Amino acid sequence: MKQIAHDQPLLVAEGLSKWYGRQIGCRDVSLALYEGEVLAVAGESGSGKTTLLQLLSGQLEPTAGRVLYRMRDGVTRELAALGQAERRFLFRTDWGYVHQDPVLGLRMAVSAGANVGERLMAVGWRHYGRIRGTASSWLDRVEIDRSRIDDAPITYSGGMRQRLQIARNLITQPRLVFMDEPTGGLDVSVQARLLDLVRGLVAELGLAVIVVTHDLAVARLLSHRIMVMKGGEAIETGLTDQVLDDPHEPYTQLLVSSILPP
Amino acid sequence: MHMQGGARLPVVSGVAFAVRPGECVVLAGPSGVGKSSILRMIYGSYRCDRGHILVRNGDVTIDVAAAEPRQIIALRRHLIGYVSQFLRALPRVTTIDVVAEPIVTVGVSREEARRRAAELLRRVNIPERLLGLPPATFSGGEQQRVNIARGFLPDLPVLLLDEPTASLDAVNRAAVVDLIAEKKRQGTAIIAVVHDDDVRAAIADTIIDISRFASAA
Amino acid sequence: MSGPTYNFAYLDEQTKRMIRRAILKAIAVPGYQVPFASREMPMPYGWGTGGVQVTAAILGPDDVLKVIDQGSDDTTNAVSIRKFFAKTAGVRTTTCTTEATVIQTRHRIPEAPLGEGQVLVYQVPIPEPLRFLEPRETETRRMHALAEYGLIHVKLYEDIARHGHIATTYAYPVQVDGRYVMDPSPTPKFDNPKMNDCAALQLFGAGREKRIYAIPPHTTVVSLDFDDHPFERYRFDAPCALCGATDSYLDEVITDDEGGRMFACSDTDYCEKRRATNRDDAVPGNGPGAPAMDAASR
Repeated sequence: MKQIAHDQPLLVAEGLSKWYGRQIGCRDVSLALYEGEVLAVAGESGSGKTTLLQLLSGQLEPTAGRVLYRMRDGVTRELAALGQAERRFLFRTDWGYVHQDPVLGLRMAVSAGANVGERLMAVGWRHYGRIRGTASSWLDRVEIDRSRIDDAPITYSGGMRQRLQIARNLITQPRLVFMDEPTGGLDVSVQARLLDLVRGLVAELGLAVIVVTHDLAVARLLSHRIMVMKGGEAIETGLTDQVLDDPHEPYTQLLVSSILPP
Repeated sequence: MHMQGGARLPVVSGVAFAVRPGECVVLAGPSGVGKSSILRMIYGSYRCDRGHILVRNGDVTIDVAAAEPRQIIALRRHLIGYVSQFLRALPRVTTIDVVAEPIVTVGVSREEARRRAAELLRRVNIPERLLGLPPATFSGGEQQRVNIARGFLPDLPVLLLDEPTASLDAVNRAAVVDLIAEKKRQGTAIIAVVHDDDVRAAIADTIIDISRFASAA
Repeated sequence: MSGPTYNFAYLDEQTKRMIRRAILKAIAVPGYQVPFASREMPMPYGWGTGGVQVTAAILGPDDVLKVIDQGSDDTTNAVSIRKFFAKTAGVRTTTCTTEATVIQTRHRIPEAPLGEGQVLVYQVPIPEPLRFLEPRETETRRMHALAEYGLIHVKLYEDIARHGHIATTYAYPVQVDGRYVMDPSPTPKFDNPKMNDCAALQLFGAGREKRIYAIPPHTTVVSLDFDDHPFERYRFDAPCALCGATDSYLDEVITDDEGGRMFACSDTDYCEKRRATNRDDAVPGNGPGAPAMDAASR
């Protein structure tokens, strides 16, 4: 426990703000994320959670504030100071990004095996048999039948596509994964399966995850901590069960009381 | 407690007690007096407005009331166990894995964790054939016993029990009383909310009447 | 037709200078696609407008020009481009590979080794090797800039997954000088090894796509592959039905409407020279023992 209490955060955001002209995207958000920690960013659409995710993952440049990341070599660096090549390398190796719509995160016309193996090829793997073997074992882990390895994801169901996207991201064993509404648009039973799978993988691999969701049930199931956003600001943060069982902010109380009973 | 519309519902105030290793403290008082809320504050699910909840681990003392979320997560993993009134079942996870999970997350191998989980589930009389099924469809009593097994599997210094025997028959109540006695012998500090007089008599070393701390609302 | 109404080699001098600048840059950065202001030519896109512009920009009065299309000097495309430069530049033309100083080609590299002082000009339809998997030009350019070439292997992976081997037989991607990945235009992969350490200058012109790229003489050109599926040269396993050559790239020629066919050198100059110098070795016509299609790759 002492060890956990004394280590360095993996990702730190300091006073992040983003303005779209006079429109506010996100205002003065700060957070620290540690290895193995799952943070849910919750809020209604337009609350700034996707803007925040893009700022944290370096896809958007903040109007003010900065994001720091501790690289694999242990050195903490400012995201904005990384070169484009370094940032893209980070995205292919140490980070994952799971899109709500798997079409954005997959190559739909390319086989599942190549989709999953792409990151390995991108970091220099040049042995077909080993790439395929590793891709197969990842299909197992996301519960996709190995016999589907040569099928393109265009032939997959929504849930399978999402699981494939997850395998594609995790194959290089990233330390940090961003997820944008990973269960959005899926049937309830498919959602449950996906959440369970993600939950298992996150625990097993010790992943740090920032998951954006409007669904507090998803937040409860996946996350250790939660940040509730409204109008671009983080209005309440804390342990997930703390915030959901005993919400302090009126807006959070409203969100919590809007959940349908299971 | 905080409720919608800015209303504040004071629940308890000025609560003070201490629990020693191997001791079982039972919180008593009528329903709605705030017994479960106290357990949740100790577990970190509810925040306290004032005061301290100190947990000693070796020579380090941590104040739950002031702890960072990360520290509370670590506390739950390594120091404080909690058996809630109801099992929060996860979709698709089998009974045996529901029970084994808390020790898998602290590094016990899955095989070993499952072996220990199966043993404990046998002691609370969950039939072998149910172990591979998710508990969501089980009866209330079965779910509660799964929940107890999950809470009792890790050997943590502090254990919080919220109505652990509420929906159990006499045989299973006895089994749970046995488990609690065993934990006490191991030196676990236990704080329990129990309505059943027999069970309370069997496990309590100290009984604290919470109604005297109840806030005049 | 009256008088020399065209500037030398059709294009005006300013345009030729612009193209030469692009060519120089392409030579300086081997394999890199240099944008250039491709002009309208008196022929449709797809007929070699890129190659023609490159040829026009480098041609001098003393050059000897050869033009081939699929290895052949006498197809429509080759004949008309040859005539075009004979008329607009008045240069000498030839069908002999060794005699030519500038060779414009579509889809082949001649069999005879090229030497110093020769320039091979390729006509290129699609210069971007990454386009198959990444249609966004902004993205492929960034990938080239950052040397992010994992995607090329995704394409080769797909080949093996679908066919059990790398089934790409033409436009087979290469890496030039250890840096840029390049599409060698739709030449058969049989020709790929000829690009490596070639003594001649190789220039590539894509008219519709407005790109020029180059391989300077004696540059390392590596065909991409996997460790366990190495690059293999492919050639139909038979001697040329006309000259008996066993080392040249063969075309399948249909000889009748009853399934008769023969395999002959695609490089007509090479084939004719062999027949002229070595008549005794020639295998006449197409025998009944013509190789079957299932004679797969060597």
